[in-house]
Amino acid sequence: MKILVAVKRVIDYNVKVRIKSDHTNVDLTNTKMSMNPFCEIAVEEAIRLKEKGVASEIVVATIGSKACQETLRTALALGADRAIQVEAEDALDSLSVAKLLAKLATDENADLVIMGKQAIDSDNNQTGQMLAALLDYPQATFASEVVVEGGEAVVTREVDGGLQTLAIQLPAVITTDLRLNEPRFAKLPDIMKAKRKPLDVKTPEELGVEIKSNLEIVSVTPPPERSGGVKVTSVSELVEKLKNEAKVIS
Amino acid sequence: MSVLVISEHDNSTLKPATLNTITAAIEVGGDVHVLVAGKGSQSVVSQVSTIVGVSKVFVADNAVYEHQLAENISKLVVELASDYSHIMTPATTTGKNLLPRVAALLDVAQISDIIQVESSDTFVRPVYAGNAIATVKSTDVTKVITVRSTGFDAAVPEGGNANQVTVEQVIESNKCRFVSDQLVESDRPELTAASVIVSGGRGMGSGDNFKLLEGVADKLGAAIGASRAAVDAGFVPNDMQVGQTGKTVAPDLYVAVGISGAIQHLAGMKDSKVIVAINKDEDAPIFQIADYGLVADLFEAVPELESSL
Repeated sequence: MKILVAVKRVIDYNVKVRIKSDHTNVDLTNTKMSMNPFCEIAVEEAIRLKEKGVASEIVVATIGSKACQETLRTALALGADRAIQVEAEDALDSLSVAKLLAKLATDENADLVIMGKQAIDSDNNQTGQMLAALLDYPQATFASEVVVEGGEAVVTREVDGGLQTLAIQLPAVITTDLRLNEPRFAKLPDIMKAKRKPLDVKTPEELGVEIKSNLEIVSVTPPPERSGGVKVTSVSELVEKLKNEAKVIS
Repeated sequence: MSVLVISEHDNSTLKPATLNTITAAIEVGGDVHVLVAGKGSQSVVSQVSTIVGVSKVFVADNAVYEHQLAENISKLVVELASDYSHIMTPATTTGKNLLPRVAALLDVAQISDIIQVESSDTFVRPVYAGNAIATVKSTDVTKVITVRSTGFDAAVPEGGNANQVTVEQVIESNKCRFVSDQLVESDRPELTAASVIVSGGRGMGSGDNFKLLEGVADKLGAAIGASRAAVDAGFVPNDMQVGQTGKTVAPDLYVAVGISGAIQHLAGMKDSKVIVAINKDEDAPIFQIADYGLVADLFEAVPELESSL
């Protein structure tokens, strides 16, 4: 079974975001970038399926500028077999990314696509679902447990009231939630080996996908500032303030 | 211009987030119609019919819609979509699961998690875990949108009188099968709808210690939440998680107990009206946003708080 894993290069999750002074977007110059945390979990899950003998090959793909090759090398060092970079702008919208991934999934004949449930920059939570729709595959989003057996995947999903379990027929798309697994770290020899693993570069034109977007960013601003309040010295002072000053309890 | 809202429900009760979504739909303008897809969900249809501002309710009642599988509902929505300029649903796990599928089938972009309607084509949404606020404009024929419930007031549930229209289409994918649900039982208000929330973090030390919070929550009529650290440590189930990867809340009062205030937690609660932090570490980042901070050992402060309420 072949697994396609989609990964995204995003601002590192520990970095405090700066907004450009002209409010056109966030400022990413000289900012630490890393693999999106949900994508790391997707890579880890694919590797575990390979270690269990369920998967035979893991192809990792990303859509973005040349700098994204670094993210692909990280995935290769963790255990992916091959990588594909689709050379494009870094912040394409989810639908364009889904169309490019749909073409890759078809060309590669992947049995399963695993990807993060959302990127921590755009916070969209869309691409996996869109990909599944374009391919007319079933989807299991926000997965916290995946068992692949006999041509189907039994997936436990994190939903608002608790958990839900679905069985989806392969080929399918699964998006990962944080609790699915704990990603491993790449070891130095694996990082060296990853440099020699194959990495193809493709363009949207080669894939026959037209990139267009009808969404325009009008402005990006900082959220309303919340200033720290006061420290109280005792529980009774706290209760008094909540009753008489903030008036949120009676 | 008219708006189709996809309701969220469990086949017997309408989820409150739908009411906030209807308010957002009314702000967009035009007729507001609501789809109720489910099985045996006549009581939900009655609830939706009386919401002020809703003029039509589509009723799709069939076993194939019982578990709201995205594969089936997305195609059903697409069947109805051509009459609408906007399709909206709450940004809950059900809405997030379904709507991008609808958008892709319609070949349009989706706007996720809006907190404000500027005009019928311009919307405001948080990005980068709430650390930036983006205003986006869509020129798509159909605007497909999920709505963050805490950004909008609830619509008035009684007083309306919508027409009911039966939808006959039955769409069933043979590629996806519901197996089971493991839902968490609770008598407390739902986290996203509660006006007071008491949340515990890693500082609680264990799942048993969360019982300490129950006394306070009972007196305040509050829901109990948790930080991701508390969930990951196995103290409480993940549906209690407040944060970027959990639920987004904006109650009148949020009491953070033993929570340091990691960026991912703040993303889920910093729009609360009043924030109280109880933490023994006076340098914890939560104090930078708390209106009232108490540096104290929670195991002493929480029982004291309970008895003084």
